[in-house]
Amino acid sequence: MELQKVEIIQDIYSENEKIALSVKQKLNDKGIFVINVLGSPGSGKTSAITEIIKLLPNVKSYVIEGDLESDIDTQKMRAMGVETYQINTGGACHLDAPTVERALEKLSLSEKGILFIENIGNLVCTAEFVVGENIKMLICSVPEGSDKPYKYPIIFENADVIVLNKCDLKQYVDFDDKFFYDGINALNKKASVFEVCAKTGEGFDKLVEWINKVRLK
Amino acid sequence: MHEYSITQQIVKIAEEKAKSHGAVKIERISLVVGELSGFIGESIQMYFDILSKGTLAEGAILDITYIKPQLKCSKCSTYFYRKRFSFECPQCGGMGMPTQIGKEFYVKDIDIYVG
Repeated sequence: MELQKVEIIQDIYSENEKIALSVKQKLNDKGIFVINVLGSPGSGKTSAITEIIKLLPNVKSYVIEGDLESDIDTQKMRAMGVETYQINTGGACHLDAPTVERALEKLSLSEKGILFIENIGNLVCTAEFVVGENIKMLICSVPEGSDKPYKYPIIFENADVIVLNKCDLKQYVDFDDKFFYDGINALNKKASVFEVCAKTGEGFDKLVEWINKVRLK
Repeated sequence: MHEYSITQQIVKIAEEKAKSHGAVKIERISLVVGELSGFIGESIQMYFDILSKGTLAEGAILDITYIKPQLKCSKCSTYFYRKRFSFECPQCGGMGMPTQIGKEFYVKDIDIYVG
């Protein structure tokens, strides 16, 4: 028997990426722009999606909610009249492309518009798995601290837009703006950064303006 | 923390390639793993021992090369290893930018026995 070396150079994530690309293609062909919404638990992902949808009353919105358990966020969305599907992973800490592909079968996707995929609250694993998105929107919040870019570099690096939420709390916690922005600047010069307060809606007009610019180009 | 599903992928990738080359056994699988991936070699080995049973990869040696992440200075273009909580270049103090070094995770090659 002969021993041979065979070169492969195949990325471990290649299978997931292949499916993600197919998901993105399918949705874009229907005129649906896909946003992967990432952030820690409690950073304000659902609230941010809510505020964005409120400012786009003439755009059809779809939401896929990813949580380990419960449909609390889905109930909120449906109360607003948004077509929403809930994924309960049980234990998986991130959504992946095959999971999202299966969830699409439960949505009508009949009109063009925007699909928000609210990922599991997690700054670690969600950075690694694409799910078919056009852009990654990272929701971080003031109480989490200004050191997050340094501690979770991958997710900050991969974000297309970074939304700093709960800005009304800056005066109550020691949030170091310079430290935060220096970190983002080192990791990701291309990302747009918006300061918002989902509680009052402040700052979302600029974010929505950016979203429209990107999705309609 | 996803070592189980990642190891499934490793076995799948190695076996598909091995079969397409008419292999009867995989002797060695070489992996390149960037440290930013967070994957733990011992966990991969543990799952590999289980998941490779009954496949061409059973008994194969897992050869893992780890790559430490490096930044590139935006001012002087030096590549460097970063200190915690800092992106500062040790040469000139400029801001370091992330590179692809340290993010790798791929199956590099396999050594197979062809019948």
